[in-house]
Amino acid sequence: MNTFTIGGVHPEPNKLTADKKIETLGLPKQAVFPLSQHIGAPAVPCVQKGDAVRVGTRIAEPGGFMSASIHSSVSGKVAKIDTVVDASGLRKPAIFIDVEGDEWEPSIDRTDTLLLQNNLSREEIIEKIKNSGVVGMGGACFPTHVKLSPPKDCMIDTLIINAVECEPYLTADHRLMLEHPDEIIVGIKLILKVLGIDHAVIGVETNKQDAIELMNSKLSMVSGIEVMPLKMKYPQGGEKQLIEAVTGRQVPPPPALPANVGCVVQNVGTVYAIYEAVMKNKPLIERIVTVTGKSVKNPCNLKVRMGTPVSQLLEYAGGMPEDTGKLISGGPMMGRPLLDETAPVVKGTSGILMIPESEAARREERNCIRCAKCVQACPMGLEPYLLATASESGDWECAEENWIMSCIECGCCQSTCPSRRPLLDWVRLAKNRVGGIIRARNAKN
Amino acid sequence: MAQKLHITTSPHVHCGDTIERNMRWVVWALMPALIVSFFVFGVGALIVTATSVLSCLFFEWFITRFILKRPSTLGDLSATITGILLAFNLPSNIPLYMIVVGALVAIGIGKMAFGGLGNNPFNPALVGRVFLLISFPAKMTSWPVPAGIAASYIDAETGATPLNLIGQIAGGNTAAADQLPSLANLFIGNTGGCIGEVSALVLLIGLVVLLCAKVITWHIPVSILSTVAVLTGLMWLINPVLYVNPLYHLCSGGLMLGAIFMATDYVTSPMTPKGMVWYGIGIGFLTVIIRYFGSYPEGMSFAILIMNAVVPLINNWCKPKRFGEAAK
Repeated sequence: MNTFTIGGVHPEPNKLTADKKIETLGLPKQAVFPLSQHIGAPAVPCVQKGDAVRVGTRIAEPGGFMSASIHSSVSGKVAKIDTVVDASGLRKPAIFIDVEGDEWEPSIDRTDTLLLQNNLSREEIIEKIKNSGVVGMGGACFPTHVKLSPPKDCMIDTLIINAVECEPYLTADHRLMLEHPDEIIVGIKLILKVLGIDHAVIGVETNKQDAIELMNSKLSMVSGIEVMPLKMKYPQGGEKQLIEAVTGRQVPPPPALPANVGCVVQNVGTVYAIYEAVMKNKPLIERIVTVTGKSVKNPCNLKVRMGTPVSQLLEYAGGMPEDTGKLISGGPMMGRPLLDETAPVVKGTSGILMIPESEAARREERNCIRCAKCVQACPMGLEPYLLATASESGDWECAEENWIMSCIECGCCQSTCPSRRPLLDWVRLAKNRVGGIIRARNAKN
Repeated sequence: MAQKLHITTSPHVHCGDTIERNMRWVVWALMPALIVSFFVFGVGALIVTATSVLSCLFFEWFITRFILKRPSTLGDLSATITGILLAFNLPSNIPLYMIVVGALVAIGIGKMAFGGLGNNPFNPALVGRVFLLISFPAKMTSWPVPAGIAASYIDAETGATPLNLIGQIAGGNTAAADQLPSLANLFIGNTGGCIGEVSALVLLIGLVVLLCAKVITWHIPVSILSTVAVLTGLMWLINPVLYVNPLYHLCSGGLMLGAIFMATDYVTSPMTPKGMVWYGIGIGFLTVIIRYFGSYPEGMSFAILIMNAVVPLINNWCKPKRFGEAAK
């Protein structure tokens, strides 16, 4: 069975919510929309305080080529344009909307009818995706219309659908495949049309056997799209790892892109968002969020309007357990710690995870014993112990020579280290500095 | 909000591995060899091992407490392992004060002088052992014969070890071949030698334990053992009268103990699989050279120490295979 070839670890899966149907969470009293919910330039507000908006009204426009628009997920009045502390832990500008009723833009098709046919050209499809503010739903939030316009000189031959969900605990993608397989298939066909190719592979890990079987039965009459079961290993959902697992091709180090090896990767949640955007005229205003944790009373998969405060999700799941030591937006390997429960759900919020105090506290750091376990774990073939030490001593040259910019920050090294060194903290610091040095050098030349 | 939350960056979970877990497995994996040596050499094996472990623990405690003025590091079990390994490299009739000297050199010079666990370039137990070998060559090179569980400690009868005999045969005294113990005796450990090295069988069991517990990988032991097997095998094919069957080499002397427990010491071995293989090949090669052409019958300790010195270079040369490096 296929998987990627270098490194990788096997964290406890803890998929507590794999059998929990997606439930719809009620409307918030106030919805908050940070202007940076994607990679690239922040969006620019196109509403003012006091403006009335409906569900699906665009409230911010892309702030550049690499950017995405933002739509209101609620109807009501713009209360203010202020700042909010988001999952980055930093105060970021955001639009606050007080909710009144639930009035939708009339152009949006709110029915459950499955729409199969369209006569749109590829440019029209991309335009619709762009206008709907769709970004990568796996967590990185790369603007989708940019990803679907690969450089002209790259010959794309394979579309890979990322349904790996290798992060422990999270089950949003799994449930989406079980409950909306037909929509996902239509979405895949739309992307194939945009790319002008006829071959797509859905990569799924074998712990989602029911989803593999369901997609296979749905695809028995469809040509060009196949499901590929993958051997469980973290970080298989990493773009480069998934491409290698599926095609055997390795994306060269940055600045090379997946397109350089003929692949485009889209998360299965993004595919669903593309279906809704193109076929239903529905912008990206909702997403599936897994609310989970070992001590959580009612772990669940929720369909949540963007901008809903995390506190409302916690309430639905039975409140934050007494023993909670860390509140995380995303999964345990790559998620971001939340300062408190007031942060809003944004496009990249794949899960809300509560880790008990006993697991949340970092243990005391010890000397590196040079056991080489981080080297064995690194899926990019790096030497985390060396990069961390270089970073500690400010040796940016050594860090750059040893491929630090290839690090995907998956956390395998740090989660393996018997000495509990904060390897990834140091590597992030060095990546930041080396990235700056490289940019400065390129600017000079 | 009721709870105080931790704010630290990802990853938020850990596999649970600790230094202690790895060290504890090494101690467990060494125990079968200790039991066998008790049955082969009697109570001397236990006295020497206990003395060595206690002295190592004492010196580590003393140095951290009074010289470095740091919290005690006895809990990480690394001094315990150094103690066991030092003892395993000594004959079972060695006087106690020599063991204490060896432990002081192992812990004091071999390890703590460099900053403690993780910083020492050379395997501390081998530093202690080689110091003793140079300082007390007579005592260090007379090994008790396997006299069974009732053997006395200090007055043990000594005799030639298989490696002495192998050396004599290669030197032209082919009659010595008759004195070589059978391969079966060599394999289970019914033969003369240092405390921990006699039974290849139980050392291999230790290897399986370490591999299953994911404490070490196969690279170092397998590359050492296969290098020795290939080189001694070639010599045996060329002249079977002078050079013994490679299986004798694999089962005798400190080869198994060194390949499985000493060369694989985390701190003093390379960091990448490729580097580990080169390191293993180097150790195997040097061991054979010293065994056949050196003045000492055993080459394992020197081979490992020499290759320890090369580890930083190996780490510089042997980089892991980077993702995307070979991409077309």
